Amino acid sequence: MKITAYIAKRLFYSIFVLLGLSMFIFTLSRVVPGDPARLALGPLAPQWAVDQLREKLHLNDPLPVQYVIWLMNALRGDLGESIVSKRPVSQDVLTFFPASFELVMFSTIISVPLAILIGALAGRRANSIFDNIVRVFSYVGIAVPTFVWAVLALFLFGYLWKVLPIMGQLSVGIRRPPVRTGMMSIDALLAGRWDAFVDHLKHMILPALCMSVGRIAQEARLLRAGIIENLKKDYIVAAISYGIPERRVMMTYLLKPSLIPMVSIMALDLASSMGGSFIIETIFNWPGFGRYGMWAMLNKDLNAVVASVMIVGIFFALFNILVDVIIAYLDPRIRVMERAS
Amino acid sequence: MNEQLIEIHDLYVNYKIYEGILKVLNGVEFRVGVKEKVGLIGESGCGKTTTMRSVMRILADNAIVPKGSILYKGRDILKMSEEEIQRIRRESISMIFQDPTAALNPVFTVGDQLMDVIKYSTKENLTKEEMKERAIKVLKEVALPDPERILKNYPIMLSGGMRQRICIAMALVSANELLIADEPGTNLDVTIQDQILRLIGRLVEERGTSIILISHALGTVKGLVDRVYVMYAGNMVEVAPTKELFSEPIHPYTIGLFKTVPKLTGGGIPEAIKGRIPDYINPPQGCRFFPRCEHAMPICKKEKPSLKSVGGGHEVACFLYE
Ligand SMILES: Nc1ncnc2c1ncn2[C@@H]1O[C@H](COP(=O)(O)OP(=O)(O)OP(=O)(O)O)[C@@H](O)[C@H]1O
Ligand SMILES: [Mg+2]
Repeated sequence: MKITAYIAKRLFYSIFVLLGLSMFIFTLSRVVPGDPARLALGPLAPQWAVDQLREKLHLNDPLPVQYVIWLMNALRGDLGESIVSKRPVSQDVLTFFPASFELVMFSTIISVPLAILIGALAGRRANSIFDNIVRVFSYVGIAVPTFVWAVLALFLFGYLWKVLPIMGQLSVGIRRPPVRTGMMSIDALLAGRWDAFVDHLKHMILPALCMSVGRIAQEARLLRAGIIENLKKDYIVAAISYGIPERRVMMTYLLKPSLIPMVSIMALDLASSMGGSFIIETIFNWPGFGRYGMWAMLNKDLNAVVASVMIVGIFFALFNILVDVIIAYLDPRIRVMERAS
Repeated sequence: MNEQLIEIHDLYVNYKIYEGILKVLNGVEFRVGVKEKVGLIGESGCGKTTTMRSVMRILADNAIVPKGSILYKGRDILKMSEEEIQRIRRESISMIFQDPTAALNPVFTVGDQLMDVIKYSTKENLTKEEMKERAIKVLKEVALPDPERILKNYPIMLSGGMRQRICIAMALVSANELLIADEPGTNLDVTIQDQILRLIGRLVEERGTSIILISHALGTVKGLVDRVYVMYAGNMVEVAPTKELFSEPIHPYTIGLFKTVPKLTGGGIPEAIKGRIPDYINPPQGCRFFPRCEHAMPICKKEKPSLKSVGGGHEVACFLYE
């Protein structure tokens, strides 16, 4: 099967998954107690105004009808209005999502090479001192919640050793580059603003690092396990016996098959960093989507809640496909099975 | 007798495992001459693969070699530098692994793997095209149809017999002096196994290299090799020219081993040797075979018999013949 056909097939399936998710979250948002119209207008608004708004929002129609109306609007890019920001939710999404996406991507760029390096070395030198240190680090990294790292980072860098900024996206005095993608590093580059780019990168380091600790720990552990398992395989011994240099055997013959389990959890890791980004965004004062979603929940901003969940869902679906494509590239066994089905 | 290629002398190999130390090889004596064809037989677990891996210096990480020497043209492989052994692996000795499926990397194409072996087997700087040419040539040598396509295939797309042939091809690339074939074709059906063994026999004949053939297919071994070693629990217990060994085995273990093979002329139900291979953590003192031996004498429990000649290149490690 051609890779494009494979992607098309996966995209097609994802549509159903996303439809299911939207039905679920939509229903949930409509059956929770509390009248969205009343919430939107506040406790002092007269009843007739509330009734009018209920009519306008189709809240008196049966649920399936409401869902179809919502879906039709959503497909046109209209996700309703936010009762908190008083703006169209789609606008909010465009403002806040890129900022989070940027942070999560930056954390991926940091964590993947580090995880590969740490995991490969630990696996290669299993039970060495280095491996034991990594083991402890992994346990701690997986067990300790993100906010602890964030607080620690604030303490270290905000209080003891002030070399990195701990708040926001840019330092005071640096002009914001014009918004084009919503990802400030890209926007700064597009505008040719080196000062803003570098300053923004510095602002990303701490939140992205805190986001990465758990991922590095998890991914390095999986790679280590893969390496230890594959190191015993005959094909490694065979490659050595043909006189292929040990370095090459380790870097290709061993690494490629060992990466597979690690890559498969990357999609999950990415999605959970996205979903869990509100903690980091709140602590580091990052105007991102996680924080937006959190506010939406707390304020029962239903349109915004539904939209947040759907966007994260789409993000997750797309990354899953990307990861599956990478895995199909790494592992021909999957490609062969895919062709057979 | 002509010049010696490999001489293993008094080789001991232990494996460290959680439960203790497995004392597997127990003073192995073994020789292969230049262009000589040698068979190695013995029941599962007796240490055949361990002996051969010692020669290539590819023992598992938990293996220890407390004693012994493996001479390659007079120089001890166990004491060689990394570069020296690497050169032998690239240019002189090569091994066909016991399980071809496990010996091929599942995530690289046959071409990637074979061309890599070719690349490092020579000091010439080959272009991609030249490597491919050589790869196709060696695949043709092992009688694989449509080599161009096979180069692009992953191992999983090929049948067991084809994988076995590919492993042979990979080994051939650097087996200019000695090919070690560890039970080739064992997990294939009998007719294909027979084809594979004949193929190996023909290739070795054509190329004029030595071979060590490990196999349970005694019938075929008989026709392919000049001399046969019989191994039991980490020791060579008997060695003789092929014909003589099959017609007049003298070690009680060899005699029992041949009885377990159903006669081709039919009828006979295999009569297994009673008991089983000893526990390598606490192996019996003296001769390791005595607990299973019908002729065991008091001395067998105390002293280890060593290989002694009984004439005509026939050697046996047994007190019955001292
Ligand atoms: N890496 C290892 N760690 C521990 N024990 C091992 C290891 N490799 C081999 N052994 C043990 O050493 C003994 C000899 O194994 P070896 O593979 O050399 O036998 P073999 O004669 O090749 O058997 P087979 O005919 O089944 O291939 C067996 O008991 C085996 O379990
Ligand atoms: Mg074996």
